Amino acid sequence: MNDRAAEQPDEELVRQAKAGNLDSFETLVTRHEQRVYSLALRMLRHERDAEDVTQQTLLSAVEHLHQFRGEAGFATWLLRIASHAALKVIRKRKGLATVSLEEATEPSDTLEQVPHPEYIADWRQSPDELVHRNEIQRLLDDALDRLDEKHRVVFLLRDVEGLSVAETAQALDLSEANVKVRLLRARLQLRELLTRTLGDPAARLTRSPHSPR
Amino acid sequence: MKCQELLAMLNEYVDGTVDPAICEQFEKHLADCNPCQVVVDNIRQTITLYKDGKPCEIPAAFRDRLHLLLRQRWRETRG
Repeated sequence: MNDRAAEQPDEELVRQAKAGNLDSFETLVTRHEQRVYSLALRMLRHERDAEDVTQQTLLSAVEHLHQFRGEAGFATWLLRIASHAALKVIRKRKGLATVSLEEATEPSDTLEQVPHPEYIADWRQSPDELVHRNEIQRLLDDALDRLDEKHRVVFLLRDVEGLSVAETAQALDLSEANVKVRLLRARLQLRELLTRTLGDPAARLTRSPHSPR
Repeated sequence: MKCQELLAMLNEYVDGTVDPAICEQFEKHLADCNPCQVVVDNIRQTITLYKDGKPCEIPAAFRDRLHLLLRQRWRETRG
């Protein structure tokens, strides 16, 4: 990769790649492969499976680049392919036929049925202090792993990869309303799990005074 | 505003996309509801921890194999 290519925006590199420039395509891959691999590994927690999904995603990009219309960003397009590939691996592991995310929509996907927080306590340390603790990554990964995959993938795309709600919806073929509910469930569930370990038991609060119960 | 209503709008509040009029009600609730304030803080910390966590390093050997394969497939599909 030359320095000039490295400075060009994705749109320009995509244009060049579509015109047949392999170097431009490789620059794009180098720029985004880490995110694709990270998403796959966090979804699957298995290095070989994450490599397979990454490879499948980028090979698919080679083959379908001409179909990429640029409505979404190139990174979103790659993350979309990777998300669907990772979900397919999970369904296969569970021995289920592949079902689309939309079909997997459940009646519980409404705001009214979002579970109320149970363990409420200030954390003993701030995120700044926590990131330096070695065991923290394990705690984060374990908590993520306990989420249903349809919640996990939304959290990873939105909060870890930094896609907007609209981009996440586009990547997963979901409505924005559905993404919002799944994101809320994921955030609340992760908060609950992390607070059980990171919360200060001495500072634990009981049910909030405004609760209906 | 009740706790359950606040919960339903938590995403918008944390992401800073909530309507200003509702934001005011939200903050009024937080000012005298400590549990909700702590939940909001916890949620923000949770997101920060994940966002700032270490990215998963792509193994170098895999990356080399991958690029080789991509170049090969590129040539095959584009003659």
